[in-house]
Amino acid sequence: MTFLSTIKAAALSAAMIVSVALPAAHADEQYFPLQSYRVGPYAAGGTGFFGGFIDYLNLINIRDGGVNGVKLTWDECETQYEVERGVECYERQKSHAGAAAWNPLSVGIAYAMIDRITADKVPLITVNHGRTDSTDGRVFPYVFPLLLNPYSETSGIVNYIASKEGGIDKLKGKKIVVLYHGSPYGKETIPIYELLAQKYGFTVQQIEVPHPGNEQQSQWLTIRRAKPDFVVLRGWGVMNPVALKTAVKVGYPVDHIVGNVWSNSEEDVIPAGDAAKGYTAITTQASGNSYPVVQEIVKTVYGAGKGNLEDKSRIGSVYHNLGIVNGILNVEAIRVAQEKFGHRTLTGDEVRWGFEHLKLDPAKVEALGAKDLFHSINVSWDNHEGEGYVTFQQWDGKKWNVVSDWIAPDWALLRPIIEKSAEAYAKEKGIKLRTADDANAVTTN
Amino acid sequence: MIADFDYQFFIEVLVGGLLSGVMYSLVAIGFVLIYKTSGVLNFAQGAMLLFAALTFVSLVERGIPFALALVITFAIMVTMGVAIERTVLRPLTNKPPITLFMATLGLSYIIEGAAQLIWGTQVHGLDLGIEDVPLEIGGVLISQFDIFAAVVAAGMVLLLSLFFRYTRIGLSFRAVADDQFAALAVGLRLPLIWGTVWAAAGLVALVAGLLWGARLGVQFSLSLVVLKALPVLVLGGFDSILGAIVGGLLIGASEKLAEVYIGDYFGGGIESWFAYVVALVFLLIRPSGLFGQKLVERV
Repeated sequence: MTFLSTIKAAALSAAMIVSVALPAAHADEQYFPLQSYRVGPYAAGGTGFFGGFIDYLNLINIRDGGVNGVKLTWDECETQYEVERGVECYERQKSHAGAAAWNPLSVGIAYAMIDRITADKVPLITVNHGRTDSTDGRVFPYVFPLLLNPYSETSGIVNYIASKEGGIDKLKGKKIVVLYHGSPYGKETIPIYELLAQKYGFTVQQIEVPHPGNEQQSQWLTIRRAKPDFVVLRGWGVMNPVALKTAVKVGYPVDHIVGNVWSNSEEDVIPAGDAAKGYTAITTQASGNSYPVVQEIVKTVYGAGKGNLEDKSRIGSVYHNLGIVNGILNVEAIRVAQEKFGHRTLTGDEVRWGFEHLKLDPAKVEALGAKDLFHSINVSWDNHEGEGYVTFQQWDGKKWNVVSDWIAPDWALLRPIIEKSAEAYAKEKGIKLRTADDANAVTTN
Repeated sequence: MIADFDYQFFIEVLVGGLLSGVMYSLVAIGFVLIYKTSGVLNFAQGAMLLFAALTFVSLVERGIPFALALVITFAIMVTMGVAIERTVLRPLTNKPPITLFMATLGLSYIIEGAAQLIWGTQVHGLDLGIEDVPLEIGGVLISQFDIFAAVVAAGMVLLLSLFFRYTRIGLSFRAVADDQFAALAVGLRLPLIWGTVWAAAGLVALVAGLLWGARLGVQFSLSLVVLKALPVLVLGGFDSILGAIVGGLLIGASEKLAEVYIGDYFGGGIESWFAYVVALVFLLIRPSGLFGQKLVERV
């Protein structure tokens, strides 16, 4: 190869790289900016969730040729679960045309993006997490804590404990300890447990574990002395296995510990070894790979060598299935919006409209191959959570097994509290409450 | 009021705290070894601990027998310790302490990244075969695993003490710890001693990594246990193994008692910062720590 041809080849390669990297979207593409985390302390959860999400997007592309012919595209930007990196990723990815929605799976990053995505008019999906009052679409038009917010989770857990005791009236006189992570996330449900305790007549003792939670001897000795009927574990990361191990160490029965939605994965129980046997945790999506949609992913995506998980034994794990469900919700919102605005690349605001009309009843969920994977969702312009149902899984030492029916949180009880909080936020920020008519006004270009 | 005091519970909290303190000491000893000979606060000790535990558990999961995995991991840790000394610290000899500290800080990120690159991001359980059901002694529940950890820590301190007291290299180590320049002047080979110390720190990281890994699970946040060692070092002194042990016991006991008995007055969750309050108070009274060498300088 001559020097000239080498230069030519290099220039051609550079041009190809630039053309791939340029933030341009074709008319038939819908783009997902993924602020993922595949290294760092929370990589295990990140690889599972984003793996499941990408696997589902791949399934739609390979099996269906996209959503009504619109190809789904994405790129990943590594955040390591750090807020400043997440915001950097946002700045880098926001210029890409055709962005459908942001899905950072991080409370901190989500909080940092609320004002930005609201100005951009692109939805921010915080499936199973995020700030509770963002459920109120009157105040947070672009934020969607789909399926479950922290207050609903609290109500779902209390309802489950009631079912174990024989009914909600049997909660009277019982004692529940809430062991929570020492962070804004951990503290968010403190008033709701107090409220529910007052309403149902049980006593509640809430005990903080300082971050990161790798030492819990004193908390568990206090719990043992308090002799509660149940302990709710509202943990995160290393706090969860340490809680289970320390519970065994002080002789507290693990089958009386109920974990919240960030204490419910394989990553939370495997490090605890045998101490985790019998532990139960809430979830919005069941784990396992027997569901038709998961099977299709295995056959179509992994069969084509395009599976995202390196370790195939993680297919059907809690985080992987959460990613798949998140994929279903995002794709179906696009589909809903396409029916109104046309089978083309949608604007962020059009996708927002799609999310606000996302209604998947159990029959529709079954048609999507997700029967029993998750229950249903019913999002509206002012209810951005969408009345997700919860179920409970118990760890048998090797896998999670579903041990309850689908349980509905007490949305009617929680809604006024959520509205009050959202209205206070609106007042503080000078936000005018949105109406149904406002929600129907959509920016189409 | 005193009659109502639950002494049994108090003893339980105290004993639990002391045993937790032993675990902190295990990490602190790794710091002390390096600091004593080279004056470097090795911030990478936590990352080394993570690397050791992750390597060991990954080998076991690949079917390598427990004992062989232990030997291989030990060999890897010694190699790593020596390599760090050769490639990072030796070129920085005579540089200000802050430069060396920053080098170990950078090193900790490199080791953590390498650990994930080599062994993946998944979390692992680590079973050392110690059943962790509580023992009841005089109505007080005591963790079997914590007792085991305390025995291992005592054994390791004994081993290190014998090594430094009775072996030629150990005596050289003590000479270097006392006065590097004097040691050089009498012909001691500093690089060999530093290499040995880094290898010993690798061994301590392995032992601490296995015990902490069995306690927390082997996962990325294992490297955060260094945060537990820092107040221990401040309290006990950065250059005293005995100080690391006593400091660990004091920190462990005081933070647990504080959490249980006064935590509620501060909204709970105080033990992580309370340890630093204790350390700070000691620092104000004895700046070199309980057992640290007093720095005397001619001005």
